[in-house]
Amino acid sequence: MTTITAGDLAAIVPILLVLGAAVVGVLVDAFAPAARRRAVHLVLSVAALGGALAWTLVAIGSAPTVGFNGAVVVDGPAIFAQGTIALVTLLTVALYAERRLDPAGDPFTPAGSAVPGSELERVLTLQRVGQSEVYPLTLFAAGGMMTFVVAGDLLTAFVALEVLSLPLYLLGSLSRRKRLLSQEAGMKYFLLGAFASAFFLYGAALVYGATGSLNYAAIDTAVTGRVGVDSLLLVGMGMLAVGLLFKISAVPFHFWTPDVYQGAPTAVTGFMAAATKAAAFVVLLRLFYVALGGLSEDWVPLLAIVAAVTMLVGSVLALTQTDVKRMLAYSSIAHAGFLLVGMVSADPDGTGAVLFYLLAYGVATVGAFAVVTLVRDAGGEATHLSQWAGLGRRSPVLGGVFALFLLSFAGIPLTSGFIAKLAVFAAAFDAGQIVLVVVGLLSSAIAAFFYVRVIVLMFFSDPAPGGPTVGVPGPGTTAVITLAAALTVLLGVLPAPVFELAELAAEFVR
Amino acid sequence: MTVGLLTLLVAVPLLGAVATMLVRSDTAAKVTAIVSSLVTLGLTVAAGLQFEVGGPLYQLTEQVAWVRPYGAYWSLGLSGISLALVGLTAVTTPIVLGAMWNEADGSGRSVKGFYALLLVLQGMTIGAFLSTDVLLFYILFEAMLVPMYFLIGIYGGPKRQYAATKFLLYNLLGGLLMLAAVIGLYLQAPGDRSFLLADLAARDIPESTQAWLFAGFMIAFAIKAPLWPLHTWLADAASEATPSQAAYLSGVVDKVGTFGMVALVLPLFPDATVTFAPVLVTLAVISVLYGGLVAIGQTDIKRIIAFSSISHFGVIVLGIFALTSQGTGGSTFYMVSHGLSTAALFIVAGLMIVRRRSRQLGDYGGLAEPAPILAGFLMVAGLSGLAMPGLATFVSEFLVLLGTFSRYQVAAALATLGIVLAALYILILYQRTMTGPTTPATRDIPDVRGREAVLVAPLFAMLLVLGIAPAPLLDVIDDGTALTLEQVGVSDPEPIFAQGEGP
Repeated sequence: MTTITAGDLAAIVPILLVLGAAVVGVLVDAFAPAARRRAVHLVLSVAALGGALAWTLVAIGSAPTVGFNGAVVVDGPAIFAQGTIALVTLLTVALYAERRLDPAGDPFTPAGSAVPGSELERVLTLQRVGQSEVYPLTLFAAGGMMTFVVAGDLLTAFVALEVLSLPLYLLGSLSRRKRLLSQEAGMKYFLLGAFASAFFLYGAALVYGATGSLNYAAIDTAVTGRVGVDSLLLVGMGMLAVGLLFKISAVPFHFWTPDVYQGAPTAVTGFMAAATKAAAFVVLLRLFYVALGGLSEDWVPLLAIVAAVTMLVGSVLALTQTDVKRMLAYSSIAHAGFLLVGMVSADPDGTGAVLFYLLAYGVATVGAFAVVTLVRDAGGEATHLSQWAGLGRRSPVLGGVFALFLLSFAGIPLTSGFIAKLAVFAAAFDAGQIVLVVVGLLSSAIAAFFYVRVIVLMFFSDPAPGGPTVGVPGPGTTAVITLAAALTVLLGVLPAPVFELAELAAEFVR
Repeated sequence: MTVGLLTLLVAVPLLGAVATMLVRSDTAAKVTAIVSSLVTLGLTVAAGLQFEVGGPLYQLTEQVAWVRPYGAYWSLGLSGISLALVGLTAVTTPIVLGAMWNEADGSGRSVKGFYALLLVLQGMTIGAFLSTDVLLFYILFEAMLVPMYFLIGIYGGPKRQYAATKFLLYNLLGGLLMLAAVIGLYLQAPGDRSFLLADLAARDIPESTQAWLFAGFMIAFAIKAPLWPLHTWLADAASEATPSQAAYLSGVVDKVGTFGMVALVLPLFPDATVTFAPVLVTLAVISVLYGGLVAIGQTDIKRIIAFSSISHFGVIVLGIFALTSQGTGGSTFYMVSHGLSTAALFIVAGLMIVRRRSRQLGDYGGLAEPAPILAGFLMVAGLSGLAMPGLATFVSEFLVLLGTFSRYQVAAALATLGIVLAALYILILYQRTMTGPTTPATRDIPDVRGREAVLVAPLFAMLLVLGIAPAPLLDVIDDGTALTLEQVGVSDPEPIFAQGEGP
């Protein structure tokens, strides 16, 4: 019989804060008066996430803790990832509070279960009923992600995976506009996500069968001590990889990404792209570096191929997109590939690079999706690219900020994206993956083409008559876009403090 | 913390750009931008006065750690080569800013943005000329694409989207290859993490590796300073950009490419440079002849000048890879004089285009009658383009050919034909626009006004001064190129005819 010590609890304060706030949020939804519910939710979420972020900033660099009998490992990468997740979630929640852009209220449907276009939906909209459950749902997802990154065994990881996934399935289907697309997105994400979770679980079972343990450290001991080829272990490893590669939308497990990104409420899309990717990547790193490090000869070539294919497919397919959100979805796929390039270097340099990349990409992504919410016509957000023509001429600030995010995605110097890309490519080059670096640079060139195409459209084309309007954002959205733009420039021009922090946090506890 | 003079040279244009965006009226923005460029010019003069010929290669050096885990530095230094090119930038910028005066008015596009972008471009260009950290150089080399891209794409002519995109993609592709080479170079000595030029140049890199890294750098630079067959973007970019932007692009910004060849490629990859010099000499000769021949066939005034630039960039590259003190020194001198000459040509062409509202040669004729001073300007600018003795371009072309002849006789002989071609396309340009009978459309064309003359006059004056008395600038440049060639480890070949031997 083992007991939980105070040290165990201290190590997971950020998780307790966020999940605790989520539980309180459910009570708020049940008991707080409707008029004040949203304000209470917002204050609660911001306080919990802000507290978690502050905690990670203080805790980073301190000695790692292994708690709960090895089920929780709070080390550098975990804390860095928790900080990134808390920051991104904070930005997302600020976007949820936006009530000025849509004349009907916030960006979420009044009743997720109502048939799209039905009388019920219309009445509820008129009565300005809203679903404020999105706040606790998001906190649950964020709490799940924060647990995911500290999980020290496969069972904890699986539970965390489900805790983060289930709210996301729901959130994806709650868009106020384009209800059918949104419901399709939620359904698709749920079905494929459940499938991926099953893969992960089956993989965990096989690895348990092969090594006799679910704990990463024990698996590592068993793997390094094994004799000969163990096909059970290899198949298990492959299945675990499938479950995680699905979450980071690596090719060939990316098919859900464009549809879900397009259909989900835009603020949720940004959250999924930034936070889910950060969480799943750190788990991928931990699993493969710590538990399966002894098999690196087997998985490095495999993941190198996945990385190359992901970069190429993401970049090439993005070229053909005509919808901003779908284009950003394929861009997110391509970025998963670039991140995998950093991962296959299998050393602390690569980890530091990936951590920095996740932060830089996450912030720019939330910023970019926040800009998307501003461009609207009568039917909600105007996401067709043709509608964006001449936008930079009519509102130079908005166009300029979006161009900044796109240039960062393209990896142009003096933006955070450049430093991030340089770091992952340098790590891979150092590890001898020269072919992968060349493929990466080639994909960067292809990717630059479609980012630039949007800039051309916004700045060099004349505005289309009857085009969309650019909404005047409320304080939340304004703050998110400003902060994201500032961080994107700052991490590009003066990356040293954050970069050194990422390097400092780059060591996994074995 | 004190801010060094060289940092100021980079910072003043960038701060000027911010100030330009903040002032209230468009006219105030124009004045602010010009004042900022004059301050930069003053600082450049101050830096030039502190520069000691015969001192170390890099002077007035500054170094601050930028990304410490990487060994990346904000590291600047002034060599004779960079002093010449920073000087070119500092002199040309106020003139180009003046020539831009009316170009964006009434187009419905932001005039402040027009001026601010050019100042940003100036700051980055000066930064690239001064940086002694390879990563810093790369970052500025790439980042300067962004303002240029917007300058062409927002303010250019009817096909600006195509031209701007082509410009960006060509240069970005080159930049990415260079990035791979920069990373590769950096990782050659795994323990020693530094991007400093001096540290990287000190590494002993096996020749087979050098070849790859050399290729990565050279492709990027050959795109930037367009060398056949990577030149096609320049003709589109220069003809769609406004005349002043075209002047700045091919006169100043593209010099970063040839500068990179001299200041980075030569010291970093000495073995590969010697091995591949014949290849580059060949490409350069093709550029000289191809650019000249195609220029003759053009009917668009700006395309004629653009292709003449491609031909002249060929001469510059030829001189660099001749690897003789005269050739490399002459090339660097040519970078300056070509900058002045091309800027003059594009600006004078701009004066013609703004009057006749056409870029086509066929729409002109007999302009010398209503506008004799304009005709005179085109003549002087044109003569500088064909390397007329007495002008700076003659000195530089002569030195390059001389320096090349001592090592590659055939190449030098072929490149000399480039001067003949230049005479042909310049005279065709002059003849078809200025001479002949006037047409109803050209009869009432007004002559050059005072403001316009004030803009072009300094360029002509400098071409003339440097043509008659090139020695002071040549001393400064040779100071830099001699030390660089020393690093490559080549010495001048024995003269074919010893001095005093003659008949």
